[in-house]
Amino acid sequence: MEWETVIGLEIHAQLSTKSKIFSSASTEFGQTPNSQACAVDLGLPGVLPVLNVEAVNKAIKFGLAVNAHINQRNIFDRKNYFYPDLPKGYQISQMDLPIVGEGEIEITVDEATKVVGVTRAHLEEDAGKSVHDMFNEYTAVDLNRAGTPLLEIVSEPDMRSAKEAVAYAKKIHALVQYIGICDGNMQEGSFRCDANVSIRPMGQEKLGTRAELKNINSFKFLERAINLEVERQQDILEEGGEVVQETRLYDAVKHQTRSMRSKEEANDYRYFPDPDLLPVEISNELLVSIKADLPELPVEKKARFITQLGLNEYDADVLTSQKSLADYFEVMLESNEKNAKLCANWVMGELSASLNKHQLEIEESPVVAAALAQLVARIGDDTISGKIAKDVFKAMWEGEGSADEIIESKGLKQMTDTGAIEAIVDEIIANNAPQVEQFKSGNEKILGFFVGQAMKATQGKANPKLLNELLRSKLN
Amino acid sequence: MSLSEAQVTQIAYLARLSLSDDELQDNTKDLNDILGLAEQLGAIETDDIEPMAHPLHMTQRLRADVVTEIDQSELFQSIAPKTGNGHYLVPTVIE
Repeated sequence: MEWETVIGLEIHAQLSTKSKIFSSASTEFGQTPNSQACAVDLGLPGVLPVLNVEAVNKAIKFGLAVNAHINQRNIFDRKNYFYPDLPKGYQISQMDLPIVGEGEIEITVDEATKVVGVTRAHLEEDAGKSVHDMFNEYTAVDLNRAGTPLLEIVSEPDMRSAKEAVAYAKKIHALVQYIGICDGNMQEGSFRCDANVSIRPMGQEKLGTRAELKNINSFKFLERAINLEVERQQDILEEGGEVVQETRLYDAVKHQTRSMRSKEEANDYRYFPDPDLLPVEISNELLVSIKADLPELPVEKKARFITQLGLNEYDADVLTSQKSLADYFEVMLESNEKNAKLCANWVMGELSASLNKHQLEIEESPVVAAALAQLVARIGDDTISGKIAKDVFKAMWEGEGSADEIIESKGLKQMTDTGAIEAIVDEIIANNAPQVEQFKSGNEKILGFFVGQAMKATQGKANPKLLNELLRSKLN
Repeated sequence: MSLSEAQVTQIAYLARLSLSDDELQDNTKDLNDILGLAEQLGAIETDDIEPMAHPLHMTQRLRADVVTEIDQSELFQSIAPKTGNGHYLVPTVIE
Protein backbone atom coordinates (compact mmCIF):
# COMPACT_ATOMS: atom_id res chain seq x y z
CA MET A 1 0.00 0.00 0.00
CA GLU A 2 1.09 3.53 -0.64
CA TRP A 3 1.33 5.67 2.49
CA GLU A 4 1.32 9.38 3.06
CA THR A 5 3.40 10.86 5.86
CA VAL A 6 1.91 13.66 7.93
CA ILE A 7 4.16 15.76 10.15
CA GLY A 8 3.54 18.63 12.52
CA LEU A 9 6.31 20.26 14.52
CA GLU A 10 6.38 21.78 17.98
CA ILE A 11 9.39 24.04 18.31
CA HIS A 12 10.55 25.41 21.63
CA ALA A 13 12.58 28.57 21.15
CA GLN A 14 14.28 29.95 24.24
CA LEU A 15 13.74 33.69 24.22
CA SER A 16 17.00 35.55 24.67
CA THR A 17 16.07 37.63 27.70
CA LYS A 18 18.49 38.48 30.51
CA SER A 19 16.11 37.41 33.27
CA LYS A 20 13.51 34.68 33.54
CA ILE A 21 9.93 34.90 32.38
CA PHE A 22 8.41 35.27 35.86
CA SER A 23 11.40 36.09 38.09
CA SER A 24 14.44 38.39 38.12
CA ALA A 25 16.96 35.51 38.19
CA SER A 26 19.53 35.30 35.40
CA THR A 27 19.02 33.01 32.38
CA GLU A 28 22.72 32.69 31.57
CA PHE A 29 23.71 29.26 30.31
CA GLY A 30 26.29 27.00 31.94
CA GLN A 31 26.46 28.50 35.42
CA THR A 32 26.98 26.69 38.76
CA PRO A 33 24.00 24.36 39.31
CA ASN A 34 21.08 26.02 41.12
CA SER A 35 22.94 29.35 41.53
CA GLN A 36 20.31 31.00 39.31
CA ALA A 37 17.20 29.39 40.76
CA CYS A 38 15.46 31.91 43.00
CA ALA A 39 12.47 31.49 45.31
CA VAL A 40 10.00 32.06 42.43
CA ASP A 41 11.73 29.47 40.22
CA LEU A 42 11.70 26.99 43.10
CA GLY A 43 8.01 27.55 43.70
CA LEU A 44 8.48 28.37 47.39
CA PRO A 45 5.29 29.34 49.24
CA GLY A 46 4.27 32.99 49.13
CA VAL A 47 6.04 33.99 45.94
CA LEU A 48 4.33 35.78 43.06
CA PRO A 49 5.32 35.45 39.39
CA VAL A 50 5.62 38.78 37.53
CA LEU A 51 5.75 38.68 33.74
CA ASN A 52 8.90 39.87 31.91
CA VAL A 53 8.08 42.62 29.36
CA GLU A 54 10.82 41.43 26.99
CA ALA A 55 9.35 37.94 26.78
CA VAL A 56 6.06 39.51 25.70
CA ASN A 57 7.74 41.82 23.15
CA LYS A 58 9.77 38.99 21.64
CA ALA A 59 6.69 36.79 21.28
CA ILE A 60 4.88 39.64 19.51
CA LYS A 61 7.88 40.10 17.20
CA PHE A 62 7.63 36.47 16.16
CA GLY A 63 3.90 36.74 15.59
CA LEU A 64 4.29 39.76 13.36
CA ALA A 65 7.11 38.08 11.42
CA VAL A 66 4.86 35.14 10.47
CA ASN A 67 1.87 37.37 9.70
CA ALA A 68 -0.02 35.95 12.62
CA HIS A 69 -2.96 37.29 14.50
CA ILE A 70 -1.78 38.66 17.86
CA ASN A 71 -4.22 38.02 20.68
CA GLN A 72 -4.16 41.39 22.35
CA ARG A 73 -5.76 39.81 25.38
CA ASN A 74 -4.06 36.58 26.36
CA ILE A 75 -4.07 34.39 29.43
CA PHE A 76 -1.65 32.21 31.38
CA ASP A 77 -2.75 28.78 32.52
CA ARG A 78 -1.36 26.12 34.78
CA LYS A 79 -0.44 22.81 33.16
CA ASN A 80 -0.37 20.29 35.98
CA TYR A 81 1.96 17.30 36.11
CA PHE A 82 4.50 15.85 38.50
CA TYR A 83 8.16 15.66 37.66
CA PRO A 84 11.18 16.44 39.86
CA ASP A 85 12.47 19.21 37.59
CA LEU A 86 9.13 21.02 37.81
CA PRO A 87 9.15 22.24 41.41
CA LYS A 88 5.67 23.80 41.50
CA GLY A 89 3.91 20.70 40.20
CA TYR A 90 2.66 22.78 37.27
CA GLN A 91 4.14 24.63 34.35
CA ILE A 92 2.87 28.14 33.63
CA SER A 93 1.84 28.06 29.98
CA GLN A 94 -0.93 29.34 27.72
CA MET A 95 -3.80 27.13 26.58
CA ASP A 96 -7.03 28.76 25.38
CA LEU A 97 -5.75 32.24 24.60
CA PRO A 98 -2.10 32.13 23.46
CA ILE A 99 -0.30 35.36 22.63
CA VAL A 100 0.21 34.43 18.95
CA GLY A 101 -2.62 33.00 16.88
CA GLU A 102 -2.66 31.64 13.33
CA GLY A 103 0.15 32.56 10.99
CA GLU A 104 2.10 31.02 8.13
CA ILE A 105 5.54 30.54 6.69
CA GLU A 106 6.78 29.65 3.23
CA ILE A 107 9.22 26.80 2.66
CA THR A 108 11.02 25.60 -0.46
CA VAL A 109 11.87 21.95 -1.04
CA ASP A 110 13.34 20.72 -4.33
CA GLU A 111 12.43 24.04 -5.92
CA ALA A 112 8.76 23.64 -4.97
CA THR A 113 7.37 26.30 -2.67
CA LYS A 114 4.64 25.63 -0.15
CA VAL A 115 3.04 27.40 2.75
CA VAL A 116 3.09 25.78 6.18
CA GLY A 117 0.54 26.97 8.71
CA VAL A 118 1.58 28.10 12.16
CA THR A 119 -1.30 27.08 14.43
CA ARG A 120 -0.22 29.18 17.38
CA ALA A 121 2.74 30.26 19.47
CA HIS A 122 2.50 30.62 23.21
CA LEU A 123 4.67 31.75 26.08
CA GLU A 124 5.65 29.33 28.80
CA GLU A 125 8.37 28.63 31.34
CA ASP A 126 11.04 26.00 30.86
CA ALA A 127 11.56 23.20 33.41
CA GLY A 128 14.83 22.42 35.19
CA LYS A 129 17.28 19.71 34.20
CA SER A 130 17.42 16.19 35.63
CA VAL A 131 20.78 14.45 35.72
CA HIS A 132 20.41 10.68 35.97
CA ASP A 133 24.03 9.55 35.90
CA MET A 134 25.60 11.66 38.67
CA PHE A 135 24.49 9.49 41.58
CA ASN A 136 23.61 5.79 41.67
CA GLU A 137 20.44 5.96 43.71
CA TYR A 138 19.30 9.49 43.01
CA THR A 139 18.33 11.78 40.21
CA ALA A 140 20.08 15.14 40.59
CA VAL A 141 18.08 18.26 39.77
CA ASP A 142 19.52 21.57 38.54
CA LEU A 143 16.85 24.27 38.45
CA ASN A 144 18.89 27.01 36.74
CA ARG A 145 16.87 26.52 33.57
CA ALA A 146 13.54 26.50 35.42
CA GLY A 147 11.62 29.63 34.48
CA THR A 148 13.59 30.42 31.32
CA PRO A 149 11.13 31.96 28.82
CA LEU A 150 10.11 29.72 25.95
CA LEU A 151 8.05 30.41 22.88
CA GLU A 152 6.39 27.17 21.82
CA ILE A 153 5.66 27.40 18.11
CA VAL A 154 3.12 24.82 16.96
CA SER A 155 2.71 24.08 13.26
CA GLU A 156 -0.26 22.66 11.41
CA PRO A 157 0.21 19.04 10.29
CA ASP A 158 1.11 20.42 6.86
CA MET A 159 4.38 18.67 6.15
CA ARG A 160 4.47 15.53 4.05
CA SER A 161 8.10 14.43 4.30
CA ALA A 162 11.08 14.60 6.63
CA LYS A 163 12.67 16.96 4.11
CA GLU A 164 9.76 19.39 4.38
CA ALA A 165 9.87 19.19 8.16
CA VAL A 166 13.57 20.05 8.13
CA ALA A 167 12.98 22.92 5.69
CA TYR A 168 10.27 24.32 7.98
CA ALA A 169 12.41 23.94 11.12
CA LYS A 170 15.34 25.65 9.38
CA LYS A 171 13.10 28.51 8.27
CA ILE A 172 11.86 29.08 11.82
CA HIS A 173 15.41 28.71 13.12
CA ALA A 174 16.67 31.39 10.71
CA LEU A 175 13.70 33.65 11.43
CA VAL A 176 14.06 33.70 15.22
CA GLN A 177 17.71 34.66 14.78
CA TYR A 178 16.92 37.33 12.18
CA ILE A 179 14.48 39.03 14.49
CA GLY A 180 16.81 38.57 17.46
CA ILE A 181 14.49 36.70 19.80
CA CYS A 182 16.50 33.46 20.20
CA ASP A 183 20.18 32.58 19.77
CA GLY A 184 19.23 29.35 17.98
CA ASN A 185 21.93 27.32 19.73
CA MET A 186 20.74 23.74 19.38
CA GLN A 187 23.61 22.17 21.37
CA GLU A 188 22.70 24.26 24.40
CA GLY A 189 19.03 23.47 23.90
CA SER A 190 17.96 27.01 22.99
CA PHE A 191 16.07 25.65 20.00
CA ARG A 192 14.38 22.26 20.31
CA CYS A 193 12.12 20.37 17.92
CA ASP A 194 9.49 17.76 18.70
CA ALA A 195 7.88 16.06 15.72
CA ASN A 196 4.37 14.63 15.59
CA VAL A 197 4.50 11.91 12.98
CA SER A 198 1.71 9.77 11.57
CA ILE A 199 1.00 7.98 8.31
CA ARG A 200 -2.22 7.27 6.44
CA PRO A 201 -3.14 5.44 3.25
CA MET A 202 -2.63 7.79 0.30
CA GLY A 203 -5.87 9.63 -0.41
CA GLN A 204 -7.41 9.08 3.02
CA GLU A 205 -8.46 12.25 4.78
CA LYS A 206 -8.57 11.02 8.37
CA LEU A 207 -5.24 11.35 10.14
CA GLY A 208 -3.52 8.24 11.46
CA THR A 209 -2.50 7.82 15.10
CA ARG A 210 0.58 9.87 15.77
CA ALA A 211 3.72 9.41 17.79
CA GLU A 212 5.57 12.38 19.22
CA LEU A 213 9.35 12.30 18.74
CA LYS A 214 11.43 14.09 21.33
CA ASN A 215 15.07 14.66 22.14
CA ILE A 216 16.10 15.81 18.67
CA ASN A 217 18.92 18.34 18.81
CA SER A 218 19.99 18.78 15.20
CA PHE A 219 18.34 19.09 11.80
CA LYS A 220 20.17 15.98 10.63
CA PHE A 221 18.70 13.98 13.51
CA LEU A 222 15.26 15.47 12.85
CA GLU A 223 15.28 14.07 9.33
CA ARG A 224 16.64 10.70 10.44
CA ALA A 225 14.26 10.35 13.38
CA ILE A 226 11.21 11.10 11.21
CA ASN A 227 12.24 8.66 8.47
CA LEU A 228 12.90 6.01 11.09
CA GLU A 229 9.49 6.58 12.68
CA VAL A 230 7.71 6.43 9.32
CA GLU A 231 9.33 3.05 8.62
CA ARG A 232 8.37 1.79 12.07
CA GLN A 233 4.74 2.79 11.63
CA GLN A 234 4.59 1.29 8.11
CA ASP A 235 5.91 -2.02 9.43
CA ILE A 236 3.30 -2.05 12.20
CA LEU A 237 0.38 -1.18 9.92
CA GLU A 238 1.41 -3.51 7.11
CA GLU A 239 1.55 -6.38 9.56
CA GLY A 240 -2.00 -5.55 10.62
CA GLY A 241 -1.05 -3.89 13.89
CA GLU A 242 -2.03 -0.55 15.38
CA VAL A 243 0.10 2.48 16.12
CA VAL A 244 -0.12 3.57 19.76
CA GLN A 245 -0.26 7.27 20.59
CA GLU A 246 2.87 7.82 22.62
CA THR A 247 6.01 9.88 23.11
CA ARG A 248 9.18 8.35 21.72
CA LEU A 249 12.75 9.37 22.45
CA TYR A 250 15.23 9.47 19.61
CA ASP A 251 18.60 7.94 20.40
CA ALA A 252 21.12 9.38 17.95
CA VAL A 253 23.88 6.96 18.93
CA LYS A 254 21.84 3.78 18.41
CA HIS A 255 19.76 5.44 15.66
CA GLN A 256 16.48 4.19 17.09
CA THR A 257 13.44 5.58 18.85
CA ARG A 258 12.04 4.09 22.03
CA SER A 259 8.79 4.59 23.85
CA MET A 260 9.04 7.12 26.68
CA ARG A 261 5.64 6.93 28.34
CA SER A 262 2.10 6.71 27.12
CA LYS A 263 1.35 10.36 26.61
CA GLU A 264 -1.28 11.47 29.04
CA GLU A 265 -4.49 12.72 27.51
CA ALA A 266 -4.39 16.50 27.13
CA ASN A 267 -7.12 17.07 29.72
CA ASP A 268 -5.17 15.10 32.27
CA TYR A 269 -2.96 18.16 32.56
CA ARG A 270 -6.00 19.87 34.12
CA TYR A 271 -5.26 23.28 32.64
CA PHE A 272 -6.89 26.21 34.39
CA PRO A 273 -6.18 29.96 34.41
CA ASP A 274 -3.30 30.77 36.76
CA PRO A 275 -4.79 32.89 39.55
CA ASP A 276 -1.34 34.40 40.21
CA LEU A 277 -1.30 36.09 36.81
CA LEU A 278 -3.78 38.59 35.45
CA PRO A 279 -4.80 38.64 31.78
CA VAL A 280 -2.17 40.29 29.57
CA GLU A 281 -3.31 43.20 27.46
CA ILE A 282 -1.33 44.41 24.48
CA SER A 283 -2.04 47.91 23.24
CA ASN A 284 -2.32 48.92 19.59
CA GLU A 285 0.52 51.38 20.16
CA LEU A 286 2.85 48.59 21.28
CA LEU A 287 1.98 46.49 18.22
CA VAL A 288 2.63 49.40 15.90
CA SER A 289 5.96 50.25 17.50
CA ILE A 290 7.21 46.64 17.45
CA LYS A 291 6.17 46.29 13.83
CA ALA A 292 8.07 49.46 12.95
CA ASP A 293 11.18 48.10 14.67
CA LEU A 294 11.18 44.72 12.92
CA PRO A 295 14.40 44.20 10.97
CA GLU A 296 14.36 43.12 7.33
CA LEU A 297 12.91 39.60 7.27
CA PRO A 298 14.50 36.76 5.27
CA VAL A 299 11.77 36.87 2.59
CA GLU A 300 12.23 40.61 2.17
CA LYS A 301 16.00 40.29 2.03
CA LYS A 302 15.74 37.53 -0.56
CA ALA A 303 13.49 39.66 -2.75
CA ARG A 304 15.91 42.59 -2.46
CA PHE A 305 18.89 40.41 -3.41
CA ILE A 306 17.04 39.38 -6.54
CA THR A 307 15.70 42.76 -7.63
CA GLN A 308 18.51 45.07 -6.51
CA LEU A 309 21.58 42.86 -6.89
CA GLY A 310 20.39 40.74 -9.78
CA LEU A 311 21.05 37.43 -8.02
CA ASN A 312 19.11 34.40 -9.13
CA GLU A 313 16.44 32.80 -6.94
CA TYR A 314 18.67 29.96 -5.80
CA ASP A 315 21.60 32.15 -4.75
CA ALA A 316 19.30 34.58 -2.95
CA ASP A 317 17.64 31.69 -1.14
CA VAL A 318 20.91 30.14 0.05
CA LEU A 319 22.40 33.48 1.13
CA THR A 320 19.36 34.39 3.21
CA SER A 321 18.93 30.92 4.72
CA GLN A 322 20.98 31.95 7.76
CA LYS A 323 21.32 35.40 9.26
CA SER A 324 25.07 34.92 9.76
CA LEU A 325 25.52 34.03 6.07
CA ALA A 326 23.50 37.03 4.90
CA ASP A 327 25.41 39.32 7.27
CA TYR A 328 28.74 38.07 5.91
CA PHE A 329 27.60 38.58 2.32
CA GLU A 330 26.33 42.08 3.05
CA VAL A 331 29.60 43.15 4.67
CA MET A 332 31.35 42.02 1.47
CA LEU A 333 28.93 44.06 -0.61
CA GLU A 334 29.80 47.28 1.21
CA SER A 335 33.00 47.52 -0.83
CA ASN A 336 31.86 45.39 -3.77
CA GLU A 337 28.46 46.67 -4.83
CA LYS A 338 29.21 45.94 -8.51
CA ASN A 339 30.56 42.45 -7.86
CA ALA A 340 27.45 41.05 -6.14
CA LYS A 341 27.32 37.88 -8.20
CA LEU A 342 31.05 37.30 -7.74
CA CYS A 343 30.68 37.80 -3.96
CA ALA A 344 27.79 35.34 -3.92
CA ASN A 345 29.83 32.77 -5.84
CA TRP A 346 32.73 33.07 -3.44
CA VAL A 347 30.59 32.83 -0.30
CA MET A 348 28.65 29.84 -1.60
CA GLY A 349 31.66 28.25 -3.30
CA GLU A 350 35.18 28.47 -1.95
CA LEU A 351 34.24 29.85 1.48
CA SER A 352 31.40 27.41 2.22
CA ALA A 353 33.48 24.47 0.98
CA SER A 354 36.39 25.41 3.27
CA LEU A 355 34.05 25.94 6.22
CA ASN A 356 32.44 22.55 5.64
CA LYS A 357 35.78 20.85 5.28
CA HIS A 358 36.99 22.24 8.59
CA GLN A 359 33.55 21.96 10.22
CA LEU A 360 33.45 25.64 11.10
CA GLU A 361 30.54 28.02 11.39
CA ILE A 362 30.76 31.13 9.27
CA GLU A 363 31.29 33.24 12.41
CA GLU A 364 34.45 31.20 13.05
CA SER A 365 35.87 31.67 9.55
CA PRO A 366 39.57 32.55 9.56
CA VAL A 367 38.84 34.69 6.50
CA VAL A 368 36.48 37.46 7.60
CA ALA A 369 34.04 39.17 5.24
CA ALA A 370 36.10 42.33 4.74
CA ALA A 371 39.16 40.23 3.84
CA LEU A 372 37.28 38.14 1.30
CA ALA A 373 35.78 41.35 -0.06
CA GLN A 374 39.27 42.61 -0.86
CA LEU A 375 40.10 39.39 -2.69
CA VAL A 376 36.93 39.59 -4.77
CA ALA A 377 37.68 43.24 -5.55
CA ARG A 378 41.06 42.17 -6.97
CA ILE A 379 39.33 39.73 -9.30
CA GLY A 380 36.85 42.44 -10.22
CA ASP A 381 39.53 44.94 -11.14
CA ASP A 382 41.58 42.32 -13.09
CA THR A 383 44.55 42.39 -10.71
CA ILE A 384 44.35 38.60 -10.50
CA SER A 385 42.41 35.88 -12.30
CA GLY A 386 39.76 33.77 -10.61
CA LYS A 387 42.10 30.79 -10.75
CA ILE A 388 44.95 32.57 -8.99
CA ALA A 389 42.42 33.94 -6.50
CA LYS A 390 41.78 30.40 -5.27
CA ASP A 391 45.46 30.07 -4.36
CA VAL A 392 45.39 33.46 -2.66
CA PHE A 393 42.28 32.35 -0.73
CA LYS A 394 44.10 29.23 0.48
CA ALA A 395 47.00 31.38 1.70
CA MET A 396 44.55 33.74 3.43
CA TRP A 397 42.87 30.77 5.10
CA GLU A 398 46.30 29.65 6.36
CA GLY A 399 46.78 33.10 7.89
CA GLU A 400 49.47 34.33 5.51
CA GLY A 401 48.04 37.83 5.34
CA SER A 402 45.53 39.92 3.44
CA ALA A 403 44.74 39.41 -0.24
CA ASP A 404 46.82 42.42 -1.27
CA GLU A 405 49.76 41.34 0.88
CA ILE A 406 49.76 37.82 -0.55
CA ILE A 407 49.38 39.03 -4.16
CA GLU A 408 52.29 41.39 -3.60
CA SER A 409 54.64 39.06 -1.71
CA LYS A 410 54.08 36.12 -4.05
CA GLY A 411 54.14 38.27 -7.16
CA LEU A 412 50.77 37.06 -8.39
CA LYS A 413 49.64 40.19 -10.18
CA GLN A 414 48.16 39.42 -13.52
CA MET A 415 50.35 40.26 -16.53
CA THR A 416 48.52 42.94 -18.47
CA ASP A 417 51.64 44.18 -20.25
CA THR A 418 50.85 43.40 -23.91
CA GLY A 419 54.51 43.51 -24.93
CA ALA A 420 55.59 40.93 -22.36
CA ILE A 421 52.77 38.53 -23.20
CA GLU A 422 53.42 39.03 -26.91
CA ALA A 423 57.05 37.96 -26.48
CA ILE A 424 55.98 34.77 -24.74
CA VAL A 425 53.34 34.05 -27.37
CA ASP A 426 55.87 34.53 -30.15
CA GLU A 427 58.25 32.11 -28.52
CA ILE A 428 55.58 29.45 -28.07
CA ILE A 429 54.45 29.77 -31.67
CA ALA A 430 58.06 29.48 -32.86
CA ASN A 431 58.69 26.34 -30.79
CA ASN A 432 55.50 24.48 -31.71
CA ALA A 433 55.27 24.39 -35.47
CA PRO A 434 53.19 21.17 -35.71
CA GLN A 435 50.47 22.59 -33.44
CA VAL A 436 50.47 25.85 -35.41
CA GLU A 437 49.83 23.81 -38.54
CA GLN A 438 46.94 21.98 -36.89
CA PHE A 439 45.35 25.29 -35.90
CA LYS A 440 45.72 26.69 -39.37
CA SER A 441 44.09 23.58 -40.85
CA GLY A 442 41.01 24.31 -38.75
CA ASN A 443 41.58 22.56 -35.40
CA GLU A 444 40.20 25.28 -33.09
CA LYS A 445 40.62 23.10 -30.05
CA ILE A 446 44.37 23.27 -30.27
CA LEU A 447 44.10 26.86 -29.07
CA GLY A 448 43.77 25.42 -25.57
CA PHE A 449 47.23 23.92 -25.93
CA PHE A 450 48.71 27.37 -26.62
CA VAL A 451 46.82 28.93 -23.73
CA GLY A 452 48.11 26.19 -21.46
CA GLN A 453 51.71 26.73 -22.60
CA ALA A 454 51.43 30.49 -22.09
CA MET A 455 49.91 30.08 -18.64
CA LYS A 456 52.67 27.66 -17.73
CA ALA A 457 55.31 30.14 -18.87
CA THR A 458 53.71 32.94 -16.85
CA GLN A 459 52.78 30.81 -13.79
CA GLY A 460 49.14 31.45 -14.60
CA LYS A 461 49.48 35.19 -14.41
CA ALA A 462 48.75 36.17 -18.01
CA ASN A 463 45.47 38.01 -18.36
CA PRO A 464 43.32 35.33 -20.03
CA LYS A 465 41.37 37.74 -22.21
CA LEU A 466 44.47 39.51 -23.48
CA LEU A 467 46.25 36.22 -24.06
CA ASN A 468 43.40 34.84 -26.14
CA GLU A 469 43.25 37.92 -28.32
CA LEU A 470 47.01 37.89 -28.92
CA LEU A 471 47.11 34.17 -29.73
CA ARG A 472 44.28 34.44 -32.23
CA SER A 473 45.73 37.40 -34.05
CA LYS A 474 49.24 35.85 -34.19
CA LEU A 475 48.06 32.39 -35.30
CA ASN A 476 45.92 33.82 -38.04
CA MET B 1 -23.07 16.03 36.73
CA SER B 2 -21.68 13.65 39.29
CA LEU B 3 -18.38 11.86 39.75
CA SER B 4 -18.00 8.11 40.02
CA GLU B 5 -15.58 6.53 42.48
CA ALA B 6 -13.47 5.48 39.52
CA GLN B 7 -13.15 9.10 38.42
CA VAL B 8 -12.21 10.20 41.91
CA THR B 9 -9.57 7.45 42.03
CA GLN B 10 -8.15 8.79 38.76
CA ILE B 11 -8.12 12.38 40.05
CA ALA B 12 -6.44 11.21 43.24
CA TYR B 13 -3.78 9.45 41.18
CA LEU B 14 -3.09 12.58 39.11
CA ALA B 15 -2.70 14.55 42.37
CA ARG B 16 -0.53 11.76 43.81
CA LEU B 17 -2.94 11.21 46.72
CA SER B 18 -3.54 7.75 48.08
CA LEU B 19 -7.04 7.29 49.46
CA SER B 20 -8.31 4.47 51.64
CA ASP B 21 -11.68 2.94 50.72
CA ASP B 22 -13.43 5.03 53.38
CA GLU B 23 -11.69 8.21 52.21
CA LEU B 24 -12.62 7.43 48.63
CA GLN B 25 -16.29 7.17 49.57
CA ASP B 26 -16.18 10.33 51.71
CA ASN B 27 -14.34 12.32 49.06
CA THR B 28 -16.65 11.20 46.29
CA LYS B 29 -19.63 12.32 48.34
CA ASP B 30 -18.01 15.66 49.28
CA LEU B 31 -16.95 16.40 45.72
CA ASN B 32 -20.41 15.58 44.40
CA ASP B 33 -21.97 17.87 47.02
CA ILE B 34 -19.68 20.68 45.86
CA LEU B 35 -20.52 19.99 42.21
CA GLY B 36 -24.21 20.02 43.13
CA LEU B 37 -23.80 23.44 44.69
CA ALA B 38 -21.96 24.74 41.63
CA GLU B 39 -24.64 23.29 39.37
CA GLN B 40 -27.03 26.01 40.56
CA LEU B 41 -25.01 28.33 38.33
CA GLY B 42 -26.36 26.39 35.35
CA ALA B 43 -29.65 28.24 35.77
CA ILE B 44 -28.02 31.48 34.67
CA GLU B 45 -28.04 32.53 31.00
CA THR B 46 -24.33 32.84 30.05
CA ASP B 47 -24.43 32.66 26.22
CA ASP B 48 -23.14 36.18 25.62
CA ILE B 49 -20.71 36.29 28.51
CA GLU B 50 -16.99 35.91 27.97
CA PRO B 51 -15.46 33.45 30.46
CA MET B 52 -13.61 35.22 33.24
CA ALA B 53 -9.91 34.37 33.64
CA HIS B 54 -9.50 36.29 36.86
CA PRO B 55 -11.88 37.85 39.41
CA LEU B 56 -10.02 41.16 39.38
CA HIS B 57 -10.81 43.69 36.68
CA MET B 58 -7.17 44.46 36.11
CA THR B 59 -4.51 43.51 33.60
CA GLN B 60 -1.08 42.04 34.19
CA ARG B 61 1.68 44.46 35.12
CA LEU B 62 4.95 43.75 33.38
CA ARG B 63 8.44 43.64 34.84
CA ALA B 64 11.55 45.17 33.24
CA ASP B 65 14.02 42.56 31.99
CA VAL B 66 16.65 43.12 34.67
CA VAL B 67 18.51 40.57 36.79
CA THR B 68 18.21 41.47 40.48
CA GLU B 69 18.26 38.06 42.16
CA ILE B 70 21.42 36.94 43.94
CA ASP B 71 22.57 33.37 44.51
CA GLN B 72 20.82 32.04 47.61
CA SER B 73 21.19 28.38 46.74
CA GLU B 74 22.86 27.50 50.06
CA LEU B 75 19.94 28.92 52.01
CA PHE B 76 17.39 27.19 49.78
CA GLN B 77 19.23 23.87 49.88
CA SER B 78 19.40 23.96 53.68
CA ILE B 79 15.68 23.09 53.78
CA ALA B 80 15.85 20.44 51.03
CA PRO B 81 15.55 16.80 52.16
CA LYS B 82 18.68 15.81 50.23
CA THR B 83 21.31 17.60 48.16
CA GLY B 84 24.65 16.73 46.56
CA ASN B 85 27.11 18.47 44.20
CA GLY B 86 24.95 21.57 44.37
CA HIS B 87 21.95 19.61 43.07
CA TYR B 88 18.64 18.74 44.69
CA LEU B 89 18.47 14.96 44.96
CA VAL B 90 15.33 12.87 44.46
CA PRO B 91 14.73 9.12 44.18
CA THR B 92 15.89 7.92 40.75
CA VAL B 93 13.50 8.76 37.96
CA ILE B 94 13.94 6.48 34.98
CA GLU B 95 12.59 7.50 31.61
